[in-house]
Amino acid sequence: MMLNEGSPHAMPLTLLKYGLKRDYVPHREIPATPDLRRRYDVVIIGGGGHGLAAAHYLSKYHGIRNVAVLEKGYLAGGNTARNTTTIRSNYITNQSIRFYKEAVSLYEDMSHELNFNVMFSQRGQLTLAHSEATLRSFHLRAEMGKHHGTRISVVDPRQVKEICPHLNMDEGGQHEILGGLWHEDGGTARHDAVAWGYAAQAARRGVEIHQRTEVLGFDISGDKVSAIRTSRGTVSVGHVIQAAGGANQHVAKLAGIDMPIRCFPLQAMVTQPLKPFLHTLVSSANLHTYLMQSSRGEIVIGGGSDPYQLISTRSTLDIKEQLAHGAVQLFPFLHNVKLLRQWAGITDMTPDYTPIMGASPLRNYWLDCGWGTWGFKATPVAGKYLADTVANERVADILLPFSLGRFETMALINEMGATAASH
Amino acid sequence: MKIMNCPLNGPRNISEFTCFGPVHDAVDAQSASDAAWCHYLFYQENKAGIIREWWRHTPSNYYFIAERHTVTDEIIATYSASELSRIENKS
Repeated sequence: MMLNEGSPHAMPLTLLKYGLKRDYVPHREIPATPDLRRRYDVVIIGGGGHGLAAAHYLSKYHGIRNVAVLEKGYLAGGNTARNTTTIRSNYITNQSIRFYKEAVSLYEDMSHELNFNVMFSQRGQLTLAHSEATLRSFHLRAEMGKHHGTRISVVDPRQVKEICPHLNMDEGGQHEILGGLWHEDGGTARHDAVAWGYAAQAARRGVEIHQRTEVLGFDISGDKVSAIRTSRGTVSVGHVIQAAGGANQHVAKLAGIDMPIRCFPLQAMVTQPLKPFLHTLVSSANLHTYLMQSSRGEIVIGGGSDPYQLISTRSTLDIKEQLAHGAVQLFPFLHNVKLLRQWAGITDMTPDYTPIMGASPLRNYWLDCGWGTWGFKATPVAGKYLADTVANERVADILLPFSLGRFETMALINEMGATAASH
Repeated sequence: MKIMNCPLNGPRNISEFTCFGPVHDAVDAQSASDAAWCHYLFYQENKAGIIREWWRHTPSNYYFIAERHTVTDEIIATYSASELSRIENKS
């Protein structure tokens, strides 16, 4: 049945004519960077997913629209572009599971919220155990997750095979799969779409996005930031949200705030496109490797952070070999597959592997730091509650456990073991 | 492969080494305040530039000091831990 009148070529021709029309104005979702105003109610440092999400929530739900997002590079070109887009809530502590559970539910509704297809695919995440010790930790994580109402269970090797039939079970071998942690809520989404969706929504409501605008310093009077000095001029400010990814420790220092953060590169790579065969996210902590198949068919391969600190996005052959080793161990038929791209991001790691959100020593300066290797999955929930925090000038309850102050009271939230690939 | 010069064993593949993080002053266990303890435990050097770190040549279990640039990833110098106290006494 023909949907359009006339020949099947009519539609593209019409489009071409429309595109060549003299008065055709291309639709721009993200406006060009304007000049800086003298003052903003809120300045967000960092134009990645978190900063843009905060801008969206501020402008849509709190009516705060005199907002500038300052980005040193280009929109969402830092860790938002470099992560491996895993969304999950299978953590160990109450505080984290509660937080990431809401993140997952916000992802479920994100395409509607943003009127932008973020390609959320809730295909489930399977973490593999190659030792009894890992299996024991899986039971702990499963019970904690069930307690909070997330979909998570420990599965035996037979069920692992059902969930992911192509896995090399390595029976009797060094990396025999003894079981798995099956997290049905886990999934993935398109990272660029998430950032662009938030940016487009925020821009539509008047938020200004300033790309290529670097923060150089702060004017501080008493216990408040009064102005921000940038590479394009100085602006006075009501509130500041710092969400600068790998640069968090550096930016905080400019404001005179010491952060318990060290930077480590995190490397990843993708293969040539293959027919769809991998329908879940698969990870192995023992092999320091996790894999998923993108909607283009590429196998995205990631792992743990580099073994020593570095403030650089260089890659190393050692780590790439390690990732390839893990991938081929789990799926031996990948041995001839070619790599298309590889890259690294700078993760801002905290001592307890948990982020730092909320208040800082400065009264109008709010933190969104220390995300380390799991910032992407928290994008919507961090943005939502940071906006809430700034609008009410009071840290949202759900963020309270993640305070910078926990490092003075020893109230750490240890999530070292809750990562898909240990560090 | 990246090569590190072990003060004891000479140049070796970096995969033979383990990094133990930046050198920082220990606190006096008897007199240190809670705040000093917390700072010692959780706040470590993270500058973009040359930092001094503890490393170990794992097969020989030999601990030593390396000076490394955290942006260029260059290893500037490696020396035995006993030299560390000499450097610190001088400065």
